[in-house]
Amino acid sequence: MAAVTSPNQRLKISLKYLLLILVAVIFVFPIVFMVVSSFKPDLQLLRDTSSFNAFLPIGDISLDNYFAAFRRAPVGLFVFNSILVTSLTVVGSLFLCSMAAFAFVFLEFRGKEIVLSIIIATLIVPFETIAVPMLMVVNSLPWIGGNGVTWGWLNTYHVQIVPFLADALTVFLFVQFFRDLPKELVEAARLDGASWFQVYSMVIVPIAGPVFATAAILKFLAMYNQYLWPLMVTQSEQFRPVMVGLQYFFQLNTAWGEVMAYLSMITLPVLAFYIFLQRAFITSIASTGIKG
Amino acid sequence: MAGLSLQNLQKTYGKVEVIKGVNLEIEHGEFVVFVGPSGCGKSTLLRMIAGLEDITGGELSIGGQVVNAMQPRDRGVAMVFQSYALYPHMTVYDNVGFGLRIKKTPKDERDAKIREAARILQMEHLLDRKPAQLSGGQRQRVAIGRAIVRQPEVFLFDEPLSNLDASLRMDMRMEISKLHQDLGATMIYVTHDQVEAMTLADKIVVLNAGVVQQVGSPLELYHRPANLFVAGFIGSPKMNFLDVTIDEIGSGVVTVSGPDMKPVSIPVATDGLKVGAALTLGTRPHQMQAADHGPITATVALVEHLGNETIVSLRLPSGKAIVAALDGDFPVTHGATLHLTPEASKAVLFDAHGTALQVT
Repeated sequence: MAAVTSPNQRLKISLKYLLLILVAVIFVFPIVFMVVSSFKPDLQLLRDTSSFNAFLPIGDISLDNYFAAFRRAPVGLFVFNSILVTSLTVVGSLFLCSMAAFAFVFLEFRGKEIVLSIIIATLIVPFETIAVPMLMVVNSLPWIGGNGVTWGWLNTYHVQIVPFLADALTVFLFVQFFRDLPKELVEAARLDGASWFQVYSMVIVPIAGPVFATAAILKFLAMYNQYLWPLMVTQSEQFRPVMVGLQYFFQLNTAWGEVMAYLSMITLPVLAFYIFLQRAFITSIASTGIKG
Repeated sequence: MAGLSLQNLQKTYGKVEVIKGVNLEIEHGEFVVFVGPSGCGKSTLLRMIAGLEDITGGELSIGGQVVNAMQPRDRGVAMVFQSYALYPHMTVYDNVGFGLRIKKTPKDERDAKIREAARILQMEHLLDRKPAQLSGGQRQRVAIGRAIVRQPEVFLFDEPLSNLDASLRMDMRMEISKLHQDLGATMIYVTHDQVEAMTLADKIVVLNAGVVQQVGSPLELYHRPANLFVAGFIGSPKMNFLDVTIDEIGSGVVTVSGPDMKPVSIPVATDGLKVGAALTLGTRPHQMQAADHGPITATVALVEHLGNETIVSLRLPSGKAIVAALDGDFPVTHGATLHLTPEASKAVLFDAHGTALQVT
């Protein structure tokens, strides 16, 4: 650490920290508001919004909202559905997209530049524009499961997973990272006798930790926050994820305390996941030059 | 036994021809150095032998077997890269043993081979370290170790020493040379450093613009360069070139002179030569004597005292620059006039196409 010598420097550093704390507080405030409000009855919650008390756990504090939230909606099921769909999609997409990127960067095949360009071009297509055609496609696809061959994927887990296993952003992230790796590593492994899959799994994957973490976080957030697609493809609550579950709380009379309790509960997995991968995420964002 | 045979080997990228029909025979156990300026195709040629670049045309045989379509791992070659290409997440032990692990060599045998390679390269104490914890020289050792354990028929080195500092480079050069003697394997080494080429090679292949200019032993290339390119590329300081014309043709000797040189007789095969023909005379800086009289008169422009010798840069009356390597004690000062005599028996004459004339 550099030694602080002059008062001038000390002032500069103090100001810098003050600014950082201010920004941190601005970002933390909504979360604090959400968590604190989840313990308050509706009347007090609405009254407190006009003062700083909105951020303080004072007054009539209880877990009533949480109990009420569980009574109103199958919270556990929604969280389970979301975590199941999200984690399977994240694992599958990391595997598929990293292998696709590996092929685009390290293998030679005809038309690879064009195919990659087309994939990256799909980044600019908003999901809303393809949602309906996609719905029609998945509605007429076969699936082999416990009941033999069935037609139409609606109201299942896999309709929420399979269409998102490969996506342009994740492929792009991996391509950018792999392009910066020395090609000699792959060549050395090839000369050492490794097959392409061994090069991928034994040489490239172990050194691509940061990009796997980044892709995992981005994919996790995108999947966990899915609303439109699961709303379209799941009619029974058996398969519905947390975001669709939110609508249970916006009925005739919105119970804000319960909404806050529900939101607090469904935010926890995201925070835990992010904190777990934070270090690698920052390294990767810095090294790939992609900043959100 | 793994000699190599390159028959009319070609490589093109789109319409760009990088290797233009290389023919070369490499005997088993030979140390061959590919040398040439940047972009001459030497690394590409090495990578074609390794199987890392497709062969556009011609035939490549290793140990008598055509390997054009063979995967790199099946060619019996091992390569040491300029950037070392060590797997950063593996220890030295795992790096060296990676190829054996892939080949599913039994653990005991693998361990024995790794430790033997470490012993040969004196890096037993480094086996538990990761590449990031090693110096440049140590990394290079590991890269060589990785090649050794596979016991390849042919070792390929792609400018392996260019990232090392001068003294380390000399040490590693000696080690590679010793390794060649110990293992007796065929080695092909790419460099742009002609000192490396001269000191290591049994046979040097000089390349320029994808074409082999000359193949021969280091001394052959030094004393009898086939053309102006080889003459200028091999030897340090570079060979001096003077424009001359033929004054007289004798029996096995021609007398030449030029704007910067009085007549000098050079022994050469005289077939097809004509009086008045324009030639280029090549004479090495170390093959010129300074005396009170001499056919070349020049002004001293720069003096570099190296102790054992003095390198003198001179300016000729025509404005051309030449270099002479004189005795270390030779008294010479900036601006002085020197008279130089090229050693006629070692001078080389080149025709108008730049091809060396045969010596009788």
